[in-house]
Amino acid sequence: MTELQAGSTAAPRRPRPLSPHIQIYKLMLTYVMSGFHRISGAALYFGTLLVAWWLIAAVAGPNAYANFEWFISTLIGRLVLFGYTWALLHHMLGGIRHLIWDVGLGFEPNEREFLALATIVGSISLTLIVWVIGYLAAGGPR
Amino acid sequence: MNLHEMRTPMGRVRGLGSARSGTRAFWHQRMTSVAAVPLTIAMIVILISLLGRSHAAVVQILGSPIVAIITVLFVLTTVYHMWIGMQEIIVDYVHEDKLKLATLMANTFYAVTLGFACVFAILKLSFGV
Repeated sequence: MTELQAGSTAAPRRPRPLSPHIQIYKLMLTYVMSGFHRISGAALYFGTLLVAWWLIAAVAGPNAYANFEWFISTLIGRLVLFGYTWALLHHMLGGIRHLIWDVGLGFEPNEREFLALATIVGSISLTLIVWVIGYLAAGGPR
Repeated sequence: MNLHEMRTPMGRVRGLGSARSGTRAFWHQRMTSVAAVPLTIAMIVILISLLGRSHAAVVQILGSPIVAIITVLFVLTTVYHMWIGMQEIIVDYVHEDKLKLATLMANTFYAVTLGFACVFAILKLSFGV
């Protein structure tokens, strides 16, 4: 701004026109999925603390590991782990969607809609599948 | 001209870009994302196989060479990926210079600390010392 002002004449500046911003656009699935990608990425940024805690607890010894297992078995721990699983899988599928775009494919309107839908349906399905497999692997109903 | 060099000559001279690093971060973000897909799938399989096991068994499996190598690669790839990603979020939303520098620095400290702690834990498990 300072460079612009230094080069401009002394004429009073009018408020500059703004291009349309997100608040006036129709809420579309592609736009929501774009937001979800960033939000899930940011969630994973902090969720990685859970991975670090798990690894450090494993190396610190049985007592530290028991503390981690206790946290993960609480309702909050379960919710955090479920959220982490969903964010991880959603960000992975969203990332694959971006890689498809990066090679120049999938830009047609129906393709964009399909990819957005596939991201959210796929991430929810995969999360449930992973949890069912995990539940069975951990011993199933006991 | 380098294949991955997308900056204009003026941009290169001035070293522009909100993070002062040009298109390198863009390219590295793609590279780490490609690596992260198989590593994430492998990590989920490893985690599921560890569910319900005792601490001793978890230590033994995590420390075995293949599992330890996959886990270290997963940690390094994702920590670098999330460092770039958070940097992108910061330069998008934080416009005040001092706060931007502070948050960019905090992002680096966080990512390096987390990455080092995880790798240290895996290596210590694996080498068993």
